[in-house]
Amino acid sequence: MNIAQSIREALESLVSNKLRAALTILGIVIGVAAVIAMLAVGSGAQDTILGSISGIGTNLLFVFQGNFQQDVRNEQPLTLGDVAAIGDIFQAQHVDGIAPVVNGSAIVNFGGESSVVELFGVTPEFEIVRNYGLIEGGFITEDNVNGRASVALLGPEVADKLFGRRELITGETIRIEGQPFRVIGILESKGGGSFGSQDNVILVPITTARVRLLNRERDHVDVIYVQAVDAKSVPLANEEIAQILRTRHRTDLGADDFTIFTQEDFLSLAGTITNVLTIFLGGIAAISLLVGGIGIMNIMLVSVTERTKEIGLRKAVGARKADILIQFLTESSLLSLIGGIIGIFFGWLISFAVGQVAAASGTPFTPNVSLSAVLLATIFSTAVGLFFGIYPANRAANLEPVEALRYE
Amino acid sequence: MAKKKDVILTREITKVYQMGEVQVHALCGVSINIQAGEVVAIMGPSGSGKSTLMNIIGCLDRPSAGDYYLDGELVSNLTDDQLAVIRNKKVGFVFQNFNLLSRSSALLNVELPLHYAGVKDGRREKAAEALQSVGLGDRVNHKPTELSGGEQQRVALARAIINNPSIIMADEPTGNLDSKSGEEIMQLLLEMNKKFGTTLIIVTHDPMIAKRTQRIINLYDGLVEKKK
Repeated sequence: MNIAQSIREALESLVSNKLRAALTILGIVIGVAAVIAMLAVGSGAQDTILGSISGIGTNLLFVFQGNFQQDVRNEQPLTLGDVAAIGDIFQAQHVDGIAPVVNGSAIVNFGGESSVVELFGVTPEFEIVRNYGLIEGGFITEDNVNGRASVALLGPEVADKLFGRRELITGETIRIEGQPFRVIGILESKGGGSFGSQDNVILVPITTARVRLLNRERDHVDVIYVQAVDAKSVPLANEEIAQILRTRHRTDLGADDFTIFTQEDFLSLAGTITNVLTIFLGGIAAISLLVGGIGIMNIMLVSVTERTKEIGLRKAVGARKADILIQFLTESSLLSLIGGIIGIFFGWLISFAVGQVAAASGTPFTPNVSLSAVLLATIFSTAVGLFFGIYPANRAANLEPVEALRYE
Repeated sequence: MAKKKDVILTREITKVYQMGEVQVHALCGVSINIQAGEVVAIMGPSGSGKSTLMNIIGCLDRPSAGDYYLDGELVSNLTDDQLAVIRNKKVGFVFQNFNLLSRSSALLNVELPLHYAGVKDGRREKAAEALQSVGLGDRVNHKPTELSGGEQQRVALARAIINNPSIIMADEPTGNLDSKSGEEIMQLLLEMNKKFGTTLIIVTHDPMIAKRTQRIINLYDGLVEKKK
């Protein structure tokens, strides 16, 4: 019996029981569609998260107060003195730009609109370090910082909320925590972020923020953004900053009272998290594929019992065990293969729909149906058909011809 | 051992079934020989072991003990797959209830043994020819459900002769047919025997059928009844 013939007979047999075949296929369709959609959503989420981390800037290091791994006594805050030391080219050759930041959340009003935003007190360097572009207006200047000026830059999302537009806003006066601020510019969009939007921000001079909005002690800063000269010097810059801070904080011995993260640290951490997420989602989906496989096995067992007499007849006219085995395996594989193909289509459709819903709800996020996921699903679903077909097919192949012919 | 002319030769074959605790002796040492081209009826009451004997002669089953030579070849100790090949090449079956594949056309039903024989080309033509020879040349694409009982049995007959077997085993071939169709099938069977010299073995209850054969083997309680 050749393959084409086996496939034709299997198709004939499936067609003769359309509803049953369709329901069995449906089980596989749901399984495969779930796997495809979940993997697509997972990898789409990964792309978005990694993209937003890359969008923060390039070759960045983040210096935080305190040690995240262990308790440190008498930890000292980061200060402008630390910032000046790190910015000293003679102490840290691999540091290109440095931007101290104080941040917190604040309520902002304009007209009747009100919104809670992430407030950053920044210096002019922030623009370069964080790689911000402006839709209109200008960035915070040295004079603004020195004069504790009441000026603010709005993120595009804030502009949308307060003004319903992103242009011709410069010069308007908004209220932050009840105090009037003049808008001096609008930031370009950085894209949707995963740790809250990077567009839902307001930037004010660091001095203004410290004294009038966030009440930080003199000289203290929350985070220091450091830009290394290039990608290769990130580890060197990391080491230089650590040395400077250990000296200044007198923690040459013992644990550091600060923590330095590089962008790569965040990328790899986020990569790990999203991988786990993808595997988790895919694993749950795979269970439904397994259930579909059991459906195939069930229906094949019924089919073998129903066709006992036919099997007997086939054996009587010369079918060997392998012939019967192949016949039933072809049938079960065909069921799962058809299910797989339809499932891929539906999985893609679901991914597409998820993408549309995400876009409509303001989180640009593109599920990514990869070729490898499609191949994986096809191979896996056919394997499921084969695996769950083996037992029933084997049962059919081992029927005694005499017994099978006598079966009613 | 086997004489050239004996297409079937059994020596003291027995068949014992295990039914739970009890052993049932279906055949208790049957020795028969049937020559090529012979037309033989196997008769006997229910439980006489004639079905068992037919299964063994048709290579569907193996004897518990004893030797069986088909066409001079010892087949009583072959494996399942080897027996499948023997059935395919040397035995044509005609069953009481036709045993056709209901999903497939008459033509495909007749083709089936050719598939298992591994024939690649000309299956369709050969099957059509066989259907022609049983007088169904105009109904090749009908499914069994669209054919009368007599026509279905003719399809089965066409299927039985497609591989030019040495023997045709007919198990109550007319049992489910009206007398007219039954007569036609008997005619066809005997015609095949004349035309191709195929050995014809008919298992039957019906003395009228048995009368038309050249020899009757009577079984009783698992033994061949001696000729009176």
